[in-house]
Amino acid sequence: MSVLVNKKSKVIVQGFTGTEGSFHATQMLEYGTNVVGGVTPGKGGTQHLDRPVFNTVADAVKHTQADVSIIFVPPAFAADAIMEAAEAGIQVIVCITEGIPVRDMITAYRFVKDRGCRLIGPNCPGVITPGEAKVGIMPGFVFKTGRIGIVSKSGTLTYEAADQVVKAGLGISTAIGIGGDPIIGTSTKEAVELLMNDKETDAIIMIGEIGGGMEAEAARWIKSTGNKKPVVGFIAGQTAPPGRRMGHAGAIIGGADDTAAAKKRIMAECGIHVVDSPAVIGETMSKVLSGVIA
Amino acid sequence: MNLHEYQAKELVKKYGVPIQEGIAADTVDAALEAAKKLQADTGTGCWVIKAQIHAGGRGKGGGVKVATSMDKVKEKSEAILGMNLITPQTGAQGKLVRKILVAQDVYDGDASLRKEFYVSILTDRSRKCDVIIYSTEGGMDIEEVAHSTPEKIHKEYIDPVAGLQPFQARKVAFNLGLSGDAFKHMVKFISSLYKSYQSIDASLIEVNPCLKTSSDKIIAVDAKINLDDNALYRHPEIAAMRDLHEEDPTEVEAGKHNLNFIKLDGNVGCMVNGAGLAMATMDMIKLAGGSPANFLDVGGTANATTVEAGFRIILSDPNVKAILINIFGGIVRCDRVAQGIVDAYKNIGEIKVPIIVRLQGTNADVAKKLIDESGLKVYSAILLKEAAELVNQVLKD
Repeated sequence: MSVLVNKKSKVIVQGFTGTEGSFHATQMLEYGTNVVGGVTPGKGGTQHLDRPVFNTVADAVKHTQADVSIIFVPPAFAADAIMEAAEAGIQVIVCITEGIPVRDMITAYRFVKDRGCRLIGPNCPGVITPGEAKVGIMPGFVFKTGRIGIVSKSGTLTYEAADQVVKAGLGISTAIGIGGDPIIGTSTKEAVELLMNDKETDAIIMIGEIGGGMEAEAARWIKSTGNKKPVVGFIAGQTAPPGRRMGHAGAIIGGADDTAAAKKRIMAECGIHVVDSPAVIGETMSKVLSGVIA
Repeated sequence: MNLHEYQAKELVKKYGVPIQEGIAADTVDAALEAAKKLQADTGTGCWVIKAQIHAGGRGKGGGVKVATSMDKVKEKSEAILGMNLITPQTGAQGKLVRKILVAQDVYDGDASLRKEFYVSILTDRSRKCDVIIYSTEGGMDIEEVAHSTPEKIHKEYIDPVAGLQPFQARKVAFNLGLSGDAFKHMVKFISSLYKSYQSIDASLIEVNPCLKTSSDKIIAVDAKINLDDNALYRHPEIAAMRDLHEEDPTEVEAGKHNLNFIKLDGNVGCMVNGAGLAMATMDMIKLAGGSPANFLDVGGTANATTVEAGFRIILSDPNVKAILINIFGGIVRCDRVAQGIVDAYKNIGEIKVPIIVRLQGTNADVAKKLIDESGLKVYSAILLKEAAELVNQVLKD
């Protein structure tokens, strides 16, 4: 089944005709993603990349029955784009945009939750179910099909993990880039839960970073539900100084509980195979699955 | 972005938050002028001279002094202006004081009638809403209060749709044990402070101490504001308050090249694409026996110009004994980055520290060939593990 996106997903691109939107829509089409159209206010009725352009998400949904949207709208307008997609009934909204004000995201988060749809991101690389659909900006060729799920706050670290998994002779069911902002639509725990319940996922890689309490929450949930599938975990930022924002808006140590060491300790206590080095994520997963590491 | 105390107070005052009045000064003469003006405006005969740096614990380092006469204002201002202030938050190197705040004394009257509180507003990441944190234990380190007497820390969550309601502001004032005029003033203080927090897109406003005076007024004696950088475009007047003196000059320089750079005190410089991979690379350097000299995310648009700028910034640090470049090419093509490295190397001239280049992902093979054939003395790796081993090796050599 995989999760969130598959070959049946009908995807629209918000910010379709812009530079980023055009580039990545092209990449997604080349990958084989079922991109059915896009939205750029004021350009409705035209064609772009051989796909129809609509003025509103509602129009796009009406004419294409789209159920997934990917957003490449500039930060000042991105929260609005998220809410427009939710109001139009889009089920899975993937927001790539980096730099959205926190206040806007507090509003958008509540709006999306009230309408029962799922938001991934913002400030994320998107979601990929290899061989079926890429709804994101990740390099598709790195992700080979398989049965390992990935949940990560970081883009390039997701590619790194996927590459190591593939080099270890394994593959990916679905990789979910949840994003590095302080307020994101889908938490680590929610993404892990999706993969735990997915019949096509045998094991999970959970990559977090300093700041916030999402990894601890996910770890406790994994333990409380009986560690149904093996999880390999890594937390970036063991050497990060407190109080500094490490690139991602959410990656900032605020107290004693959101350091890498604290998160790793909690994860290990909850039965997660925590690695210290980002270079051994793939081989650790391989060892766990073959029983070398119990 | 962070603000100075005097800037933070000016901002919240605009929204009706009563503050300890004061005037910023960067010379002793200006400080004397300020003291005279405060005396005329507020009637105060006692002043507090406060160093303006972006760090807490200023009092502990001798950066806050009381002056009871104009002569003392002169003496204390002379002492603080230009001093290198070391506080628990500045690190051992301290910070140069370029500005002071000359403030009115608000601790007059019967001491038994005064009370210091703690009030802050910030974003609660797990609940996805704003939260007001407050305590009767003001004027001290709140982390310490949270640790030793957590029951004295109260939280009031703000519904994103409804906003702060009057009953919530009353609850804060009741929980702080206030009644009469002080109660009314605290209710107004909380609602004004929240209004300012929302209006300026702050990510943190902290008032510590928040003082109940002997005449039952509620006053912000200190104020700390952190702003949401993503929202600064909406507030150009606040963005203009940025004090570059408070930032590391190499970080300011990096910012001009759109590089996300943070200076650290280690011996291995690094240049990486993506914030998560950059942090992971720093961690790996540590595991390989080194210590990261910086965080540097060149982002998704790395090219020859940004790579060269990154090189120059890293090399300006004399502690750097080796450089690790770690690029996972996705949208960024490795061969373009490799060309950037080759060009930068040629432009800069001789680079004396060993360079380890790890390029993986899109066009990694082309990139490796480019570097191998350029004649540059770099150590080349494809796997992250190999890069870690090379770091370990060059540090031993």
